Amino acid sequence: MAIHKVFSNCDSAVADIFDGATVMIGGFGSWGGLPVHLIEALARQGAMNLTLIANQGGVGFELSKRIKPEGYQDIGALYAKGQVKKFIGSVPALGGMPPTSPLEILHREGKVELEMVPQGTLAERIRAGAGGLGGFYTTTGVGTPVEAGKEKKVINGREYLLELPLTADFALIKAHKADTLGNLVYRGTARCFNPVMAMAARITIVEVDQLVEPGELDPEAVVTPHLFVSRIVEVQQ
Amino acid sequence: MKTRLDEQTIALRVAKEFEDGMVINLGYGMPALCANLIPEGRTIYFHSENGVLGYGALGIDEEKDYELINASDQPVTPMPGMCFFDSALSFDMIRGGHVDMVVLGAYQVSEKGDLANWGRPGRPATGMGGGMDLAAGCRRLIVMMLHTTKEGGARIVNRCSFPLTARSCVNKIFTDLAAIDVTEEGLVLRELAPGWTAEEVQALTEPRLVIAPDLKEMEL
Repeated sequence: MAIHKVFSNCDSAVADIFDGATVMIGGFGSWGGLPVHLIEALARQGAMNLTLIANQGGVGFELSKRIKPEGYQDIGALYAKGQVKKFIGSVPALGGMPPTSPLEILHREGKVELEMVPQGTLAERIRAGAGGLGGFYTTTGVGTPVEAGKEKKVINGREYLLELPLTADFALIKAHKADTLGNLVYRGTARCFNPVMAMAARITIVEVDQLVEPGELDPEAVVTPHLFVSRIVEVQQ
Repeated sequence: MKTRLDEQTIALRVAKEFEDGMVINLGYGMPALCANLIPEGRTIYFHSENGVLGYGALGIDEEKDYELINASDQPVTPMPGMCFFDSALSFDMIRGGHVDMVVLGAYQVSEKGDLANWGRPGRPATGMGGGMDLAAGCRRLIVMMLHTTKEGGARIVNRCSFPLTARSCVNKIFTDLAAIDVTEEGLVLRELAPGWTAEEVQALTEPRLVIAPDLKEMEL
């Protein structure tokens, strides 16, 4: 029997995200690929003490107008309500933006903990978590502040750091199309962190531009197979 | 005051390093300008860590497709043969040495080619992005930077005081004053911006520069 994965709106899809949950948020940072409607729903829902795993920390509605003139809600919406305890990512704040993003302000005030992870290491830690691996060795970060507290190993004459896997309770994902089983395809550079995060959470919630019936997606073109997907919401962008 | 090269002109000089058929990643900020300045007759496959290979020139902001951007959040134009992939695969390309050349900006570069390009005093929340992976994994790393700070201090230094991106990773430095190679014998001054002397550039550079026997004016 098919499992029913299609939800009618974002609010019902995120209703059970609990206080203290770890939540991965897909995309790269700016609008393309970011599950903005699921983020807005999580802000309305109000779960507290969240640990967020995302590439960028978000800039908030005001600074987002520098990226998209009409502005949009990014992860910044979640800091505004004090929902975030810790952020794990590669760019908590953008050096090219003024130091007024919500996360940078809260971090300065000591209200949010940061774990800074090089972008490729972040992607690979998520993939390791998704694939049931105990970690991996990488040359990225050797000789930099990133190596603090990590096991080092020399392999074939080069120094490597041990990096550990990341998983989450929930992942919020943006895809272009889904079929009702949950097979996903993406569009352009909006793919980025979405496919790896979709694989690494216990419950993966996806917003899509278009929902289709099984058989309408080319099986050769499916990027995320449906077994990784728990919930799907079709959203008018 | 002597004239220094503007960013566009430094980018023009850097782009002359691009060899036909190379896969090249352009870092955040100034390096992105190089996408529009490929020397005629050469085909370059630009890689961006957000998951695209083979994009064309930078696009127009007014016509921005937010799902076709580079890692600097700039619109790029599609090209025949362009392909998309996820972040994990993108960094396999980078760490695995499949990208031929990377151009990055920098706050500081040391005599040994150490790079500092992400953290700076007063901004503890600005992250390294993909810079550490790019610096650790690429085959050839070019730094494109202004030679001095706004206050006139050296950015090419004996030892980086800013947090490192990677050790001994830089191969060449292009600034608004000079082109410098990082070698086993030290920093070799190869080219000067028009109107500048080796002594003047040395005075704005902390480590001792080795003057190349064929030191010449930058061809632009």
